[in-house]
Amino acid sequence: MQSTSHAFKDNAQRALHDPRLQRAMENLRHGFQERRRVAAAALPEFEQLRDIARDIKNHTLANLDWYLERYEEKVLASGGHVHWCRTAAEARETILAICRSAGARTVTKGKSMIAEEIALNDFLEEKGIEPVETDLGEYIIQLRREPPSHIIAPAVHLNQDDVEDTFRRSHTDLPADRSLGEARELCDEARTILRSKFLAADVGITGANFLIAETGSSIIVTNEGNGDLTQTLPKVHVVLASLEKVVPTLEDVSTILRLLARSATGQEFSSYTTVSTGPRRPGDLDGPQEYHVVLLDNGRSAMLGTEFHEMLRCIRCSACMNHCPVYSAVGGHAYGWVYPGPMGAVLTPGLIGIDEAGHLPNASTFCGRCESVCPMKIPLPKMMRHWRERQVERGLGPAAARWGLGAWAFLASRPALYGLAAKLGAGVLGRLGRRKGRFAALPLAGGWTGVRDMPAPEGRTFRDQWAERNRR
Amino acid sequence: MENTPAASPCRVGLFVTCLVDLFRPTVGFAAVKLLEDAGCTVVVPQQTCCGQPAYNSGDKARAKQVARQVIAAFADVDYVVAPSGSCGGMLHEHYPELFADEPETALAAQHLAKRSHELISFLVDVRGMKRVDARFEGAVTYHDSCSGLRELGVKQQPRQLLRSVEGLSIRELPGAETCCGFGGTFCVKYPAISDRMVTDKAEDIRRSGAGTLLAGDMGCLLNMAGKLSRLGVPVAVRHVAEVLADMADRPSIGAPDRK
Repeated sequence: MQSTSHAFKDNAQRALHDPRLQRAMENLRHGFQERRRVAAAALPEFEQLRDIARDIKNHTLANLDWYLERYEEKVLASGGHVHWCRTAAEARETILAICRSAGARTVTKGKSMIAEEIALNDFLEEKGIEPVETDLGEYIIQLRREPPSHIIAPAVHLNQDDVEDTFRRSHTDLPADRSLGEARELCDEARTILRSKFLAADVGITGANFLIAETGSSIIVTNEGNGDLTQTLPKVHVVLASLEKVVPTLEDVSTILRLLARSATGQEFSSYTTVSTGPRRPGDLDGPQEYHVVLLDNGRSAMLGTEFHEMLRCIRCSACMNHCPVYSAVGGHAYGWVYPGPMGAVLTPGLIGIDEAGHLPNASTFCGRCESVCPMKIPLPKMMRHWRERQVERGLGPAAARWGLGAWAFLASRPALYGLAAKLGAGVLGRLGRRKGRFAALPLAGGWTGVRDMPAPEGRTFRDQWAERNRR
Repeated sequence: MENTPAASPCRVGLFVTCLVDLFRPTVGFAAVKLLEDAGCTVVVPQQTCCGQPAYNSGDKARAKQVARQVIAAFADVDYVVAPSGSCGGMLHEHYPELFADEPETALAAQHLAKRSHELISFLVDVRGMKRVDARFEGAVTYHDSCSGLRELGVKQQPRQLLRSVEGLSIRELPGAETCCGFGGTFCVKYPAISDRMVTDKAEDIRRSGAGTLLAGDMGCLLNMAGKLSRLGVPVAVRHVAEVLADMADRPSIGAPDRK
């Protein structure tokens, strides 16, 4: 998709003044956080599991080439195909070729962030193939032609009445006077429409939460069961996954799955955990005739061994954004590309470049809440700081900020001069502000006083008073 | 007196912090009093800033330049104590990381880090302080500043000491662990987002029903005090050390000095 990450500030400004979005975000603030807290507290070994999961992924990443090759061997042995794709364009072309050879006109899709990353839907449409999203949230935003605003709850920026409105505008062949005021009725309508799409689809494309090297299997977790229908009904199943999704064994996946749903939605387990291994075997009652894995790199292998290496542990649970005060203020669309929130602030510059996504790692208070809830213990604030370091090394960022930092560093490296400047500043501001105790406006401080008062200093600096006290 | 220091007498270098030095020297004197009550001898070495503004802006070279001075200035004290979880966290958590690629300074940075503490957690966890000799009439609420909470584990210590203040009651702040939107340069780089965060925080403070807001970091306190006064919410704002040191007779942060 076309990035608007460079316009983060404008995007955020619009989001802050969008009352419908703000109403929808209220649900996020009070839903996900509390449910995750309760789920984590109910599992005594939760903290220990975080360490184990981190270690599993660290080990895998340290031997990524080896595990990917073992995975490929197993997929081939089960009768499937593996397509290694360096770039988004390669992945798109590969999928198109698979669809063309299957004579596909309709493709059903399970939820896949990688499909968003490679902008698959637009591409397939251009080529005359109809992609149909089957996850309810994805289906809603596909009708609205919007990107997802959250990695597991793609329509979290919408309210129920927005969905009703969307269905009425899109499903024009249904009676206009039908009742759609209840969530149940919305689900039923989507289910009825999707049922016919499931049966008509020639190819089913799913993402993958994990790829298992030991067995050549891929795993998806869903709450709607749409993934199962997407991958078992059509004659061709395509698994679209990025290469860091691989883990060594089924046992390892079981360990990480204990963290995933708890961190994401606060469930002990997602409603459906679906394992797929190769195409239908002789004697199988169902399953696809062809099984393809499209393995995407798209910049990830270049992060290996860098200061952003640990980002590749991410299992896309969304806990970081669910707990992020910036995300909950502006929503996911403000981030301007596929991945929002703290994980997006680290990953996005890695995938589309720091020039385009420079705001993202800067728009953080470093409050650290994301890291504290990350099931894989990814040091997200630290890596955002590393992006800021890259920007400084390259001389990016506003000149005024660089100049200000230079002036500050000059003073802060000269204690006597600094003390004098502080003494003068505090004295002047203290005298001017004494009567009211605060300033409603200050020169050069518009960023501060535009939205809040500046409390006045007490008057004399501590160091000045301390020096006097010790002279006595 | 219950405050028999658990540890032997020691020499503490007070890291004043730039915001306390400039805006709220009372907090510095409150810190000195509390440390002396805990049996420490307090010295104030030459200092400016911990270097965090440069560090968090990605300017490692300038951050190192400032941090080197701190490491040298505090080389010969037993402990370095700051009335701030943010600056304390910088010394304790980030100095070793900052100098990880510079072996000749890394050891000294680690040595400093191990001796560095946030004020209130130092009093309770290191010096074994159980109560304070202070009086404060009224209900207070307490905001957990992010760095102190998540980098240094400051949570129960201030509440424990506050409970020993005569006349004081604590009303827990809804969302006490949610960032106030200060974030150093964040609050001026992204003022609209910062404003939303501190507006939500001000609403939570108002809902707590307390007459006074306390916290352990001047950055957050200036941000919250500035928003409360802009919104006309009549809540007094103070650093927690002022109340614990029985020095809450000065005008609160952002309030007029009527003397």
